[in-house]
Amino acid sequence: MASPRIIVVGGGLAGLAAVIKIAEAGGTVDLFSIVPVKRSHSVCAQGGINAAKNLKGEGDTTAQHFDDTIYGGDFLANQTPVKAMCEAAPAIIDLLDRMGVPFNRTPEGLLDFRRFGGTLYHRTAFAGATTGQQLLYALDEQVRRYESDGKVKKYEGWEFLSAVLDSKGVARGITALDLRSMELRSFSADAIIMATGGNGALFGKSTNSVACTGSAQSALFQQGAYYANGEFIQVHPTCIPGEDKLRLMSESARGEGGRVWVPRIAGDKRPIKQIPESDRWYFLEEWYPKYGNLVPRDVATRAIHKVVYEYGLGLDGQPMVYLDLTHIDRETLNRKLEGILEIYEKFVGDDPRDVPMKIFPGMHYTMGGLWVDFNQMTNIPGIFAAGECEYQYHGANRLGANSLVSCIFGGFTAGPNALRYANNVSAAEGDGGHAAEIARQTEINARLLNNEGTENPFKLWRALGQTMTEHATVIRYNKGLKQADEKIVELLDRYKKVNLSDKSQWANTSFAFARQLKNMLELSRAVVQGALLRDESRGAHYKPDFPDRNDERFLKTTKASFTGEVAGPRFDYEDVDTQFIKPRPRRYDAAK
Amino acid sequence: MAPKTVTLEIKRQASPDAPAVWEKFELEWRPGMNVISAMMEIAANPVTADGHETTPVTYDSNCLEEICGSCAMRINGKARMACSSLVENLEQPIRVEPLSKFPLVRDLQVDRSVLFENLKAVKAWVPVDGTYDLGSGPRVFPQQQEASYPLSNCISCTCCMEVCPQFNEATGFVGAATIAQVKLFNDHPTGKVFKEDRLRALAGDGGVQECGFAQNCVEVCPKQIPLTSAISDVSRDVLLQKAKDFLRG
Repeated sequence: MASPRIIVVGGGLAGLAAVIKIAEAGGTVDLFSIVPVKRSHSVCAQGGINAAKNLKGEGDTTAQHFDDTIYGGDFLANQTPVKAMCEAAPAIIDLLDRMGVPFNRTPEGLLDFRRFGGTLYHRTAFAGATTGQQLLYALDEQVRRYESDGKVKKYEGWEFLSAVLDSKGVARGITALDLRSMELRSFSADAIIMATGGNGALFGKSTNSVACTGSAQSALFQQGAYYANGEFIQVHPTCIPGEDKLRLMSESARGEGGRVWVPRIAGDKRPIKQIPESDRWYFLEEWYPKYGNLVPRDVATRAIHKVVYEYGLGLDGQPMVYLDLTHIDRETLNRKLEGILEIYEKFVGDDPRDVPMKIFPGMHYTMGGLWVDFNQMTNIPGIFAAGECEYQYHGANRLGANSLVSCIFGGFTAGPNALRYANNVSAAEGDGGHAAEIARQTEINARLLNNEGTENPFKLWRALGQTMTEHATVIRYNKGLKQADEKIVELLDRYKKVNLSDKSQWANTSFAFARQLKNMLELSRAVVQGALLRDESRGAHYKPDFPDRNDERFLKTTKASFTGEVAGPRFDYEDVDTQFIKPRPRRYDAAK
Repeated sequence: MAPKTVTLEIKRQASPDAPAVWEKFELEWRPGMNVISAMMEIAANPVTADGHETTPVTYDSNCLEEICGSCAMRINGKARMACSSLVENLEQPIRVEPLSKFPLVRDLQVDRSVLFENLKAVKAWVPVDGTYDLGSGPRVFPQQQEASYPLSNCISCTCCMEVCPQFNEATGFVGAATIAQVKLFNDHPTGKVFKEDRLRALAGDGGVQECGFAQNCVEVCPKQIPLTSAISDVSRDVLLQKAKDFLRG
């Protein structure tokens, strides 16, 4: 029997991890990516990767990592896969180390670990402050090795458009667009792994890369895949505000001792260095004495919001607070944080070794994503998902440095499961639905290209980003969420009149973007309506009108399904697997 | 007061065979603006300074924080990353052109896949036995990590190749980025198992001896990678390898 054909969509950490496992088991893979895989968004991860290696004599255990993750996620994550991830993490670090990741070292030559948010242990392995880049390169190199052996064929510069489903709804391949020649093609596969990352573009500006539109997840959602916990959006407390994006300032800055503060006097005009300690308000340390600056991200973000908007203590009346590293010696800063300090220096122009950084929260990560089972398979037979595009590991809030481990673990799980599935799936009847799907996509493309209207897709996108950021990030009110949904419906209507200023058939980026935009709009409704329906506060989802967690009603996974109707998606709720750790109140003002 | 404006001149080319034309754009100045955010503005309002409707500019970009390596282009004549090119630090009009040493796709987008092919040719990876749990990696002292880490920061932007006088079709030179990766993997406790293969791959035409020591690469590298010292280390190793191979017959 011929070896099964597997397609992996997305070449970040999760996708590459899946590719490596499949190639190692003797399978062959077609790997699709919008950008050359080495330029995927995983490269932006900064601070590190968690694993309870317990190399600091603190008695850390994988059970403790598991508890921190579940607690940090406010008990919304299914516990079985999270437990498996935490148990696998130490061996994943060893593997990455063997692959040549230049992790920081102790004087004895062992792996060094730093602290991160939501834990009291040194559990985060790191390579300076460019850990994601180093991890991505290590996996990229291993995939290049398999590519040289003919086990992997890369389709870089191709964008996933849809799944090809047969008459029984089983996945038989994908359609994709060559972003240069604008050629539309379908590709056969026995199993498909989606590893298409986050959806920051729904919010206009975020810490995400340009390619993180959520378009692929949305296309599958519109083809029948459940989208789970979409309302859980992580807003990172420390970002550099910018015109084109919000640049991340890693949690590792606080892990290495960085302190968040504002002057106690609103609009204090003194030079920073002349503001005495007694006039500086280290509000995180005051409110959360045990965890201090290393509370989980949702907690830190809400605290900064409160200080800026309720106390009116933003710097110079602007929505910004200080993240201060100036008390740490330059040599240590350069050795452990140079990458992020350079970003601040280059984009802001100040040296954070000398002056405190000015930061503010920004949209960073989606905990929600494609619904998957414990084998990482979506509800569409043959389609698997791994990494940020699926919902499984982080519950209502992700802990810092858990994303890299969840990407790699998810990919390592999805790869072998997809191969096993592909080895056993029955052959497709007829053409497996390829001709019909190509016809459907051809029609969408033709309509978009020939549309006569007045709407510029980039302007529609800005309007989407504004409404999503205003109503569906840190603080949510039902009235605002309803307004946001109405706005999206309006934008969907205006989208029908979209007019491309570029109608060429060569490297037409406006065309590709306009296709993504439609998907962003549809997916935004799952986020906004999911938030509207969840009348409680849990992790990153915070409603002042419903300030408490409500386990009785909402200790449940949200599952949105696309209906194609004006009212929007349908919502179902699924019980959460809590078999190992009984839900308890989540608070960070004392040790848990 | 009239709002401050920014003037950009962008070299446009609809396809590899199409003629190149320059288009001028006047945009409203915004604080913190960079060359990518300027092009985002153009996409939302694709009209030239003299009022002609045009198309959004095609260019590569992704992370916008100078770590993915996508958006290398020539800005005011210098090869650099567009996302970290802040408008306020640039002389106006800001002239933006594609990299000149790579096949043009459209506008500012070029095909830089040659670098990834080069990395294959020099086996730029650590040959691990497998991804199973085989215990911890080799012990590495901080001094070694601090030497390797800068080389491992290469973002494959190809700026070093763009500015190298020797990087052209006549020489077939692989360029500084690939040579630095050879040093990185040859210095790794496990990666060095392929050391001889890598050195031989750099021993022939297009190899390390094509370097003319112009030192442009190290000046332009956005990640300040010690490229010239990597090239001289690898040059020495290639010579030793050649001598060894000669003696072995």
